[in-house]
Amino acid sequence: MAKLKMSKKSTKVDMTAMCDMAFLLLSFFIMTATAKVPEALPVETPASTVQTKLPDENLGTLSIAEGKVFYGVTGRDIRSETLKRMGDKYKVPFSEADLTKFALIDGFGVDIRQMKQLIDMKNEDRMKEGTQPGIPYDSINNQLADWIQISRNVTKDLHTKDLDIAIKGDAKEEYPTVKKVLDILQKQSKNNFFLVTGLRSEDF
Amino acid sequence: MAELNTGDGGGKKGGGKVRSKKSNPGVDLTAMVDLAFLLITFFILTTTLSKPQSMNLALPDEPKADDPLPPETPAWRTLTIVLGSGDKVAWYSGGLDNPVDGPAVSTYGKSGIRDLIINKKKGVDDRNKQQGADLEKSGITVILKPSEKSNYKNFVDILDEMAITGIKKYATVDITPADIKLLETNKIY
Repeated sequence: MAKLKMSKKSTKVDMTAMCDMAFLLLSFFIMTATAKVPEALPVETPASTVQTKLPDENLGTLSIAEGKVFYGVTGRDIRSETLKRMGDKYKVPFSEADLTKFALIDGFGVDIRQMKQLIDMKNEDRMKEGTQPGIPYDSINNQLADWIQISRNVTKDLHTKDLDIAIKGDAKEEYPTVKKVLDILQKQSKNNFFLVTGLRSEDF
Repeated sequence: MAELNTGDGGGKKGGGKVRSKKSNPGVDLTAMVDLAFLLITFFILTTTLSKPQSMNLALPDEPKADDPLPPETPAWRTLTIVLGSGDKVAWYSGGLDNPVDGPAVSTYGKSGIRDLIINKKKGVDDRNKQQGADLEKSGITVILKPSEKSNYKNFVDILDEMAITGIKKYATVDITPADIKLLETNKIY
């Protein structure tokens, strides 16, 4: 009797195409990735339906939460030059090393007189909650206005552009704090700015 | 021209060639694929997927002492929205002491203030059409008055409402004591 022979098929799958695709995706994600940067002041932004993209360059971001205001600008050259001029104005000297180190800090929220301690801190200490009390912005000691004004001047000098301002407010922040910041900007005739928001649909 | 000569024209092959054993050229790629997908997952999770959205806000220049007074807007063309506490708003048309419509309390969102704004806008546009006025120039003007008890989310919400309903003319104005009183009587201050 002739035996029926089952043809044995190999259980192996050709993985070449899959591997190709996986690495293609991998390279795509690596190239487009911008790692999440830990923020000194965690802010939960409210949502809106408007979709305007934030500019990448020449942007100053004001973070507002719990009555504190933090400030940060993009561009290392602008950062160090701004700190230098702020130091001149408030008679706080900064060394060359301080300026280079400051250029790597994304956002900060301290009095200019405590800036040196902040720069000397380790990165993880700097990000700890409660380390930075916020930039003073009351009428007697309005350093925030100076920061904004000076960074705008620096951007104009170095990049010949006006600095865009983004306001990143916490959803639960009380309006008076926001109003104070808006007033500071309005006093400098900076009347057009971005409010950073999340995205939502129209049915809310 | 650029083809390789594969040997047909050359006559017979050499007879006594030793053939090496052909090994399977396939490599097991399973582990490699595993690793690649693991890395993909890692990068997807650590990447901030999209840049945060933002909305534009334009404020007028700070008024100077010698500025001329702005032209009066007729009462029926204005709508004032006062932002109170607890995600509630109060609204009225015209002046508070002699309102054309309202005052009344409403909420944010689709079921609240949005219908009212759309209706008001339609009403003003209809009346403008009857009178033959320019719709762009003499459209509805919305006045926003955020109180101290409102939060930033409320402010963004109401600006968003302006964008959704397509209100072209709106202004953020400081709150007045009368408005605070209105909020207090409605228990949203």
